[in-house]
Amino acid sequence: MKEYLKNTWEGIWTVLVGMKVTLKHLFVPSVTIQYPDVKLPLPERARNRLYVNMDDCIGCDQCARACPVDCIEIETVKALPTDDLGVTSNGKKKALWVTKFDIDIAKCCYCGLCTYPCPTECIYMTDVYEFSEYKREDLIYNFSVLTPQEAEEKKKNYEKFMAEKAAAKAKAAAAKAAQAKTDNPNNSDKK
Amino acid sequence: MYEYLNNIVGNEVITYFVVAALPLFLVVLPFALIAVLAERKVSAHMQDRLGPMRVGYHGILQTVADILKLIQKEDIIIPQADKKLFNLAPFLVFIGSYAVFAALPFSSKFIGTNAEVGIFYILAVSGFVVAGILMGGWASDNKYSLLGAMRSAAQIVSYEIPTAIVVLTLVMITGTLNLGTMSEQQTAYFWNWNILGGAGEGIQQILLIPFMVVAFTILFISTLAEVNRTPFDIPEAESELVAGFHTEYSGMKFAMFFLAEYANMFAVSAIIVSLLFGGYQSPFGYLGNTLGIPALIPFEQLFWFLSKGVFFVFVQMWLRWTLPRLRVDQLMTVCWKYLIPYAVFNLLIVGIITLI
Ligand code: SF4
Ligand code: SF4
Repeated sequence: MKEYLKNTWEGIWTVLVGMKVTLKHLFVPSVTIQYPDVKLPLPERARNRLYVNMDDCIGCDQCARACPVDCIEIETVKALPTDDLGVTSNGKKKALWVTKFDIDIAKCCYCGLCTYPCPTECIYMTDVYEFSEYKREDLIYNFSVLTPQEAEEKKKNYEKFMAEKAAAKAKAAAAKAAQAKTDNPNNSDKK
Repeated sequence: MYEYLNNIVGNEVITYFVVAALPLFLVVLPFALIAVLAERKVSAHMQDRLGPMRVGYHGILQTVADILKLIQKEDIIIPQADKKLFNLAPFLVFIGSYAVFAALPFSSKFIGTNAEVGIFYILAVSGFVVAGILMGGWASDNKYSLLGAMRSAAQIVSYEIPTAIVVLTLVMITGTLNLGTMSEQQTAYFWNWNILGGAGEGIQQILLIPFMVVAFTILFISTLAEVNRTPFDIPEAESELVAGFHTEYSGMKFAMFFLAEYANMFAVSAIIVSLLFGGYQSPFGYLGNTLGIPALIPFEQLFWFLSKGVFFVFVQMWLRWTLPRLRVDQLMTVCWKYLIPYAVFNLLIVGIITLI
């Protein structure tokens, strides 16, 4: 009987205690952050979306080689001696046209390994972390500042330049050979 | 109310329809609209969250958006279901909850039917809910629904007993089953409310107070169980039974169950209010009397009734976010081993006191 009454009393009493706790929490300021409107500050060294500042990129391909998942693709074309690509912000001379600089951010594992070897520190992590897309292809970011036509043109220019050079070389070689021949006509007969 | 409308409209049938629809449009729908939001807000703030914030200022239009969404939803009837029963169940449940509103004394001028057997009628008609829930659970052809429905039936039937005994206690004191008369007896000031011993005099009133508090506790717990609210929500225990008896329902039929639940919450609060907390009576006298505008009084009464009812709904929500769900055996223990014996003793003692 005593047990029974005690149970009853405890039942009611503990419910009241619980209700007091919840009532108190009704007036406690909430901890919710209104996410898209309010954002938590990111940690100082947070790793999010990559960005490449193409003005500074010298196309050295070091980042692509550092990447453990091979998600950076770089293609470069040598600049012609007549082209002036300018210098990077830390004074390096640019000698390559970066015709392709694609980062497949869907593959990227945000390890940040690509950012360390860059000699000009032009590939770095930004604080953007909301970049979902509907199509997976949209996650391949093209950083190259050259349009495809321009890239094509640069390639052609370089090929032409190389062809010209080769032709010049060949000509020079031929001339040289001719010279040698005229210098020593008997030698060739012996061969 | 009825005569007044009849004078305006001049046709009995139309008047009946209007009178019947008034609580629905005046009380049930707006209440459900507000209560669903309030529930979410209260629960959120009790857990230090914010709740819905994006539709309207602080999310006040969230329920409207939800209703629009529910209306657009496809009404899925699974092929295995017993179609007739399946379609009938949500309406039956809602009818059961809505019929209760017919006998609630919203104010001295606004009672659906001032029947002499008011509270008895309410106890009887809420049985519809059990039938509807059982039907829904059975017709869904789903083991979770069936389990939920069976639990619900067992629970509601068990908890009707303490409810009925406490109501009997109150009926013994007031000598009437009519909720309107009961409210009238607790007139004027709050010390006349039944929870404080009713409108009696002297020693009897003071002696009654502790037993009325016990009666209130029992009534509150058992009505809470009857409307399947946490901590007594084992019929729809999400973690065990998906959603219990309404697992298979979608769209507007689900909304019907939902509406019925909220209508029920208000209905049982209103019953508690009219039995123990003075019904539509104001706790401190009426402004209409002070200002000399008698026409104001019914509106004040409506206000008091609704605000008292809403207060108890708030307490129900408050409990919901305080207590975890009971186990089935605990549920039965609470009812049969605790509530019913206490209710019976209370009945006896109150009976003796009223004889003094
Ligand atoms: S962060 Fe890591 S995975 Fe992503 S591009 Fe750089 S090296 Fe590759
Ligand atoms: S390491 Fe830096 S400079 Fe070299 S290719 Fe990558 S981004 Fe460009």
